[in-house]
Amino acid sequence: MVMDNEAAMKAPVSFYGEEGRFKGIFSWIFSTNHKRIGIMYLVAILTFFSIGVILGILMRINLISPGKFISERTYNSLFTIHGVIQIFLFIIPGIPASLGNFFLPILIGSRDVAFPRINLMSWWFYMIGGAIVILSIFTGGGAPDTGWTFYAPYSIRTTANVSLALVGVIFLGFSSIFTGLNFITTIHRLRAPGMTFFRMPLFCWSLYATAWTQVLATPVLAITLLLIILERAFAIGFFEPTLGGDPILYEHMFWIYSHPAVYIMILPAMGIVTEIFPVFAKRTIFGYKAIAFSSLSIAFFGYLVWGHHMFTSGMSDTARVIFSLITFMVAVPTGVKVFNWIATLYKGSIQLDSPLIYSLTFIFLFSIAGLSGLIIGTLSLNLYLHGTYFIVGHFHYTMFGGAGFGFFAGLHYWYPKMTGRMYNEKTAKIAWLTIFIGFNILYFTMFILGLEGMPRRYFQYQPQFRTNHIISTVGSWILAAGLILMFGNFIRSLFRGEKAPMNPWGGKTLEWTIPSPPPAENFEKIPVIEHGPYKYE
Amino acid sequence: MNESAETTVRHRIDYTGAKMGMWIFLFTEVLFFGSLFLLYSVFRDKYTAEFHKAATELDIVLGTANTAILLTSSMFMATSITLVRKGKYGLSIFCQAATILLGIVFLINKYIEWGVHISHGIYPNSPALLEMSRGKIIFFSLYYVMTGLHGLHVLIGVFVISGTLLFTARRKINETDFVKLENTGLYWHFVDIVWIYLFPLFYLIT
Ligand code: HEM
Ligand SMILES: [Cu+2]
Repeated sequence: MVMDNEAAMKAPVSFYGEEGRFKGIFSWIFSTNHKRIGIMYLVAILTFFSIGVILGILMRINLISPGKFISERTYNSLFTIHGVIQIFLFIIPGIPASLGNFFLPILIGSRDVAFPRINLMSWWFYMIGGAIVILSIFTGGGAPDTGWTFYAPYSIRTTANVSLALVGVIFLGFSSIFTGLNFITTIHRLRAPGMTFFRMPLFCWSLYATAWTQVLATPVLAITLLLIILERAFAIGFFEPTLGGDPILYEHMFWIYSHPAVYIMILPAMGIVTEIFPVFAKRTIFGYKAIAFSSLSIAFFGYLVWGHHMFTSGMSDTARVIFSLITFMVAVPTGVKVFNWIATLYKGSIQLDSPLIYSLTFIFLFSIAGLSGLIIGTLSLNLYLHGTYFIVGHFHYTMFGGAGFGFFAGLHYWYPKMTGRMYNEKTAKIAWLTIFIGFNILYFTMFILGLEGMPRRYFQYQPQFRTNHIISTVGSWILAAGLILMFGNFIRSLFRGEKAPMNPWGGKTLEWTIPSPPPAENFEKIPVIEHGPYKYE
Repeated sequence: MNESAETTVRHRIDYTGAKMGMWIFLFTEVLFFGSLFLLYSVFRDKYTAEFHKAATELDIVLGTANTAILLTSSMFMATSITLVRKGKYGLSIFCQAATILLGIVFLINKYIEWGVHISHGIYPNSPALLEMSRGKIIFFSLYYVMTGLHGLHVLIGVFVISGTLLFTARRKINETDFVKLENTGLYWHFVDIVWIYLFPLFYLIT
């Protein structure tokens, strides 16, 4: 309470200038302020993303001319580490831990999350997990070579350094659980007076649905991976057929987590574009409740479809048909969202800045992802396309084209608020165009390769695939150039950018009512909320 | 005046929030153990007869004793919370100490039990076990993994209760601020309940 008095007396200083208990770097890595934690997460996540991209490009380079630059064994490790990093270190924590941490409390009119210390602990777990994963590349029997899915029994038998990597992933799982637990409690307990559930910005709804998924799915992953470690250490045999176990059980338990994880990735991205559309069309969001409930129902149905990853693994026909059907059903709430976004734009006065461009790209790429998802969700087609590059194309469109572009949209939208600077809009647009072109060249070719029968996770291929592989690799270079331009713009603008005003886009949600960058405690006085979030016209 | 009103509001928020956080954490624990119970039921279905036979090799006396021990400890835990709320700190500390003690006795019991099996050469990947049927291998692996992870939870509980005991002694846990103790209690009861399920599944299915 002494603290409160002091804070009230001082004029608000930005959270970057906040005087805490510690100095220098320690004022960051021991900070319990949600904004500092958000920024630290952001830096770490984007760093891991860059590492993942580099590994991806190395794979693509191999595929121009297999064996010339990279050996078979290295290729296996490359796609494994690439997958593990992009999934567990980039896209799953991605939006919630960085932008969510920064903006959730502000958007609901709170000073911080419910458990600031657990929040800091989650960041530490993330960093420790990330460090262990990286360490596993260089130590023991060599980098893991199982694929990011760690399928048994190979993951039990390989001599590569799988156990260490799994320990890392388990740490990351706990970090994700802590974030989810924190967000659920924050949303329930710390909304400002008058901020009812249905007055929350829709980004908060999507984080809420995500948080439940994080909490309810991740423990299954933790125990499943722990069992693989125990298999390797003590030969307990649950997933080892020679000891009476059943590897298919592993697949079930793995996908019971990992399909919902797809919604941990995509829901927050949907939340971000839902914030952006009304602001850049200057119109109230169309169908607020429909969007809110579609988030919840996507999260719910997400639990019931894991079997579509196992159509060729050995399941009864009944189970396969049911899983296929429920998979189609997930498309319905997704369609509801797309419809509402378009309806929001309809007759709006549209301001085509980079946040909106990225959001529109999100819809475009995610629609391709969803349509290709319906194709492989169809049982008969899946049997043909399973394990081909069609799948690789599909999940890159989903995770990168969907979640990744949503993330980029959010970065552009909130960059001024987070840093207090504007980025160069023209550079941002050029970067977007380069990324967009590179992306489609890189991944659309993969659909074609898949249809022609190119299997995934192959170091080598038959001559007829060569041309498409080369095209795809060239795409990866264009994409990389675009990414460099985008991040370069961000970094340069930190120093050279114009000072950002409080509300550069004309947004109506609470973050635009406080200075850029926000003061340490966000609000001088907790606001009282009297209406919904997107009050235009 | 205003200031103190806000303080009390905050205080209340903290209480409900902390409880909510704990319950969510317990959900994750349910799923964690739930996955193991799922494995158990699948294998039980696959190797019904062998599970029956293997279960006869577990010591029902030790198992029953451990059930009684944990249940009693849960009672002490619950009592300690009531006592703190009434301001009877000395007695509450006594009850917490009793909980810790019983937790340790449980672990010692478990240690003896495991020790006996191991001295008979029955542990994962042991030559004796590999000679046996697949159902038995899986049964004993499940036994070690599930009771082992449960034991780990007991051990963590013992440490956490030692912490609350210290806090109570320093009055950081007191009549008005006891949510830490309550949450610890929730955790301890959860650990107890898991055992209540493990006990019949491993010892009583003979
Ligand atoms: C420039 C960026 C990227 C490039 C060039 C790239 C390229 C590739 C390539 C060539 C493969 C392996 C194909 C195979 O042999 O099966 C792959 C696999 C994969 N990628 Fe990417 N990727 C990039 C970005 C991403 C991003 C952003 C994500 C996630 C958000 C991601 C997630 C994955 C996953 C999960 C796998 C599967 C790994 C496995 O098979 O175990 N990638 N990527
Ligand atoms: Cu799936």
